[in-house]
Amino acid sequence: MPSPRYWREIPNRFRLEAARCTGCGTVAFPARTICPKCRGRELESVRLSRHGKVVTSTVVRVAPDEFMMEAPYAMAVIETPEGARLMTQVVDCDPDTVGPGMEVDLVFRLIRKEDHGGILCYGHKAVPVGG
Amino acid sequence: MREVAIVGAGMTRFGELWQSSLRDLFVEAADEALRAAGADHVDSIFVGNMSGGQFVGQEHLGPLMADHLGMAGVAATRVESACASGGVALRLGFIEVASGMSDLVLATGVEKMTDGADVTNVLASAADQENEVYHGITFPGLYAMIARAYMTENDLTEEDISWVAVKNHKHGAMNPKAQFQHEVTLEQVMNSTMVSDPLRLLHCSPVSDGAAAVLLCPLEQARKYTDRPVRIVGSGLATAPMALAHRPDPARLDAVARSAERAYGMAHVTPGDIQVAEVHDCFSIAEICCIEALGLLEREAAVKGAVTGCTALGGRIPVNTSGGLKAKGHPVGATGIAQTIEIFEQLRGEAGDRQVEGARLGLTQNMGGSGASSVVHIFEGV
Repeated sequence: MPSPRYWREIPNRFRLEAARCTGCGTVAFPARTICPKCRGRELESVRLSRHGKVVTSTVVRVAPDEFMMEAPYAMAVIETPEGARLMTQVVDCDPDTVGPGMEVDLVFRLIRKEDHGGILCYGHKAVPVGG
Repeated sequence: MREVAIVGAGMTRFGELWQSSLRDLFVEAADEALRAAGADHVDSIFVGNMSGGQFVGQEHLGPLMADHLGMAGVAATRVESACASGGVALRLGFIEVASGMSDLVLATGVEKMTDGADVTNVLASAADQENEVYHGITFPGLYAMIARAYMTENDLTEEDISWVAVKNHKHGAMNPKAQFQHEVTLEQVMNSTMVSDPLRLLHCSPVSDGAAAVLLCPLEQARKYTDRPVRIVGSGLATAPMALAHRPDPARLDAVARSAERAYGMAHVTPGDIQVAEVHDCFSIAEICCIEALGLLEREAAVKGAVTGCTALGGRIPVNTSGGLKAKGHPVGATGIAQTIEIFEQLRGEAGDRQVEGARLGLTQNMGGSGASSVVHIFEGV
């Protein structure tokens, strides 16, 4: 992932910045300029809560090269209280215990390393509440 | 709009075809389609291809393929919609003939996946790179999440999913073009390596090389090329949010339902009229979701379709008589055209041991990514 591309993504990756449509209330994450539901153009910046609930999940056992050392790992679609959904890894637990309905906190972590000695890429992962 | 017919077809065997390059595969399939129809020229060529650039470092496939077919000079365009590239190439060819712009069009698909590229990473580029792939998800992982969401809402078991693979291998065993011409048992599927829970290795379509081509012309000219043309009576293309997280319900494939509605509407038919269907079973769970979204069966019957034999040869609505992507193979850009050829042969009564008796109306459904694009065609024997 080239550095300018990574840098552009910092607002959502580091700060969980989303956009709320002032017309219909839809929360889009990452932020967009056009509401995906009503096509409204008036969106305000909103930060997602650092917790949520698993909508659906899996355990990746055959992983891409960059994640091979971490396999098997759980991945899930998480819904935050604002109604935004995001794809994250679920860590600090037995991956087999992750499933729909699980309450999680979103924590700031190293996600991957850029190829060929490039930058370290950060973002959020989920951990089970009280885990 | 003019009525459009398919008058010739050609395809390579699907599989690990190490002796053939991307262009070799294309030429073999396209030339066979031209010869079958006795055509010595075309007005235009559409080349469905997901990622020549990443798989073998080759873009700009329109002119390359026209040149190697001995037709440098002809209009030729590469078409991309991930794994639905072939189906979209057919749609563009159909529109070009229907509109009157061209009289003779080759709609093709080709993919060369076994030349050493990192296939998992290349395929992942059909998902949302910045919001999904960045975090470590794979394609089996995305479909596994669809499966788990579906299982949470419905009475769907791993065994139900596994029967889809058993059924499609049974069909594939009768297809001389299939990558896997052998059956598998339920036990083999259920005990195969877990790839991404709950999907196992034998729920996944393979990595394949292959090409397929069909020749299109106005129906009123079809008899020049064949005694048994097959008419394209409906075409529908639709999209859905790219990322699984951005869809209202990850268990529902809205693009499939929308593309089907458009195709049924154009053809003036209902799902109950369809007698044979090729459906995008890139992972076995996808066949179940797609059959439901296409309206071929109600949800409960769709879940149990392969278990009860309802979707097998001889059943109420045979699905993937070719062996599907699972057994026939899935050279991604070629798949939509290969599906078309199976239905073409079924409606001409040429499917041999796989023949659905008396089939007059058939359907293909070809999907891109985790369901962000879907294209449906409906065909009628003439």
